[in-house]
Amino acid sequence: MKKLLLATAAGALLAGAAAAEEIKLGISLGYTGPLESMAPGMEAGAQLAIKEVNDSKLLLDGSTVTAVTGDSTCIDAAAATATVTRLITAEGVKGIMGGQCSGETIASLQNVALANGVVMVSPSATSPALTTIEDNGLFFRTAPSDARQGEVMATIMREKGIESAAVTYTNNDYGKGLADSFVAAFEAQGGKVTVNAAHDDGKADYSAEVAALAAAGGDALVVAGYVDQGGSGVVRAALDTGAFDTFVFPDGMVGQALVDNFGEEINGSFGQNPAAEGEGREKFLEMAKTAGFDGTSAYSAEAYDAAALILLGMAAAKSSDPNVYKNSIMDVANEPGEKILPGELGKALEILNNGGDVDYVGAAAVEMTDVGETAGVYREVSFDNGEMTVVGYR
Amino acid sequence: MDILNALVAFLNFVFIPAAAYGAQLALGALGVTLIYGILRFSNFAHGDTMAFGTAITIIATWGLQSLGVSLGPLPTALLALPIGIAGTALLVLATDRVVYRFYRVQKAAPIIFVMASVGVMFVMNGLTRLLIGVDEQRFDDGARFLIAVRDFREWTGLAEGLALRSTQALTVIVTVIVCAALFWFLNRTKGGKAMRAYSDNEDLALLSGIDPEKVVRMTWIIAAALMTIAGVLYGLDKSFRPFNYFQILLPIFAAAIVGGLGNPIGAIAGGFLVAFSEVAVTYPWVKIAGYLAPGWEPGGLLQLLGTEYKFAVSFVILIVVLLFRPTGLFRGKSV
Repeated sequence: MKKLLLATAAGALLAGAAAAEEIKLGISLGYTGPLESMAPGMEAGAQLAIKEVNDSKLLLDGSTVTAVTGDSTCIDAAAATATVTRLITAEGVKGIMGGQCSGETIASLQNVALANGVVMVSPSATSPALTTIEDNGLFFRTAPSDARQGEVMATIMREKGIESAAVTYTNNDYGKGLADSFVAAFEAQGGKVTVNAAHDDGKADYSAEVAALAAAGGDALVVAGYVDQGGSGVVRAALDTGAFDTFVFPDGMVGQALVDNFGEEINGSFGQNPAAEGEGREKFLEMAKTAGFDGTSAYSAEAYDAAALILLGMAAAKSSDPNVYKNSIMDVANEPGEKILPGELGKALEILNNGGDVDYVGAAAVEMTDVGETAGVYREVSFDNGEMTVVGYR
Repeated sequence: MDILNALVAFLNFVFIPAAAYGAQLALGALGVTLIYGILRFSNFAHGDTMAFGTAITIIATWGLQSLGVSLGPLPTALLALPIGIAGTALLVLATDRVVYRFYRVQKAAPIIFVMASVGVMFVMNGLTRLLIGVDEQRFDDGARFLIAVRDFREWTGLAEGLALRSTQALTVIVTVIVCAALFWFLNRTKGGKAMRAYSDNEDLALLSGIDPEKVVRMTWIIAAALMTIAGVLYGLDKSFRPFNYFQILLPIFAAAIVGGLGNPIGAIAGGFLVAFSEVAVTYPWVKIAGYLAPGWEPGGLLQLLGTEYKFAVSFVILIVVLLFRPTGLFRGKSV
């Protein structure tokens, strides 16, 4: 009897040991490069979700998750591809939270992740090109496509009665994608785009660019650039020469720096950037504060959601095999099921383990469209009396 | 009314920006031409020395601002200029002592000097970045505008606005003063005459008792002053970023060569010529044409070249001059 008990106990132990595994999750972000200031906040978001799952000990019979980081550089597609190759082939990660920028994400997805059948969830790649990319159901993103932002921006402008606009964009994938989607949406809504011209970042003087925009004219100037780069230079030159009075600022421009730079000079201008509101975001900010980082850092919340979605997907599929759990990511992200906020990943795992359904809301109000990207909530802001005020959410 | 509008648009978008830019180029080209005329080599480190001088001036400006010193409507940087010039002069004199004197004693060929100056350029580039970083710095304070667009529209009732920034006016005024002082120095003082003599014939100058090392030192100090003033004016008017100073090297050389290397009047004329061509070629004339010829609606923007190709204009001018008039418009030394 004693022997039988012992054998049973040993058997149970062995069985448990066999099921629990150590799952590696890749984090591919641009730790060096033009957006290097954002990467630490994003990693902290992802690590927060991983820690929460590990602490609950409920993922796949008590499996533990370890993060493996790699530098995607943001601009160098070859370096990003090499990084993701290392993560997948040498480290054997089961999924990747990344990449950070659109160009490198497209390159590493097409060259490595697809060939090896590994799931990638990007928190911050917003190029419209990623919507239609051939991904075998392996690619998701928790940031909305810029195609949506173009539509939102066009709608706001038409509602304000703007008939014609000049567009200038920063000369890269982000700027061009956003400008093109805006032009298409604005013209579809009956507006007229007088000129759609690029500007290069890092120049001393944008008076020539502004002269060209001014010659084409328009009720407002859309500046699809970066606030600490050429975008501000264009606005400065436009204000100085009186070429435009009203500016429209997409996400790369909206920030405190804009107010610091121009104050009351941009009164009457407006803009929008992706920012979720609500309970999930507040809860995430609180958790980030406790964990010792700034949760408002750009795309940190989206990174938390990206990592959480991968892990919940594994729990729902009862497998850490990317080709199996890729099918359950949409299920956990959308209805039906119990709403899951940040800090409730343990509860979600428990429900999933018992065969229930969850609807992951997370820190950035995740709601996936059928191509595997979030629809996105945009914050509309306006500039009056030298201050930026939030007008509403769309 | 339409003619007035066309004139105002021309002044606002073409004439004023080009005049300020031309003055900055002219000062830069004067320095290049001076070094070429007297030390006999093309100084590639010119742009980065300008950046270095500006960086010191900016740091001195910050110091003055924190002490509460200001010049009222004028930028504080003007007060910090002498400190910047002194720092830059020390640096170029040290560079001359360490690098160029070695080759001068050996009577090395000009091309060796040029290559050495490329090396100096990279060192200066690094020094500037160590000193102030790679980011953009804005250090203009005081009144921003002499004429602001909105005020101008209210005064005149014209549809077009005219803006004249105080830094643009300051650039032109300072350039005129500096040029006048330089010509007075070169033509009227003993030191200036010694420099010209040395430039014309080194050996003859030596025989008539001119100390060559003294002439070289004087040249570097004057060049340092020109470089710092040009750099600070450019930074005040546009914005300071170390890399941009490397980029304006090309238009500066184009200006000096168009005017004729070694010829100060040529450098000034060349500066304005290059600036006006750059702006005029990349400006879309559709609006002005619309005012001058009402009823005519051209399909495009009437722009000869996209603004991305601004630097190409300097290249083209450079090549045309070198092909057809290698000594430049004002008969400098041949390149």
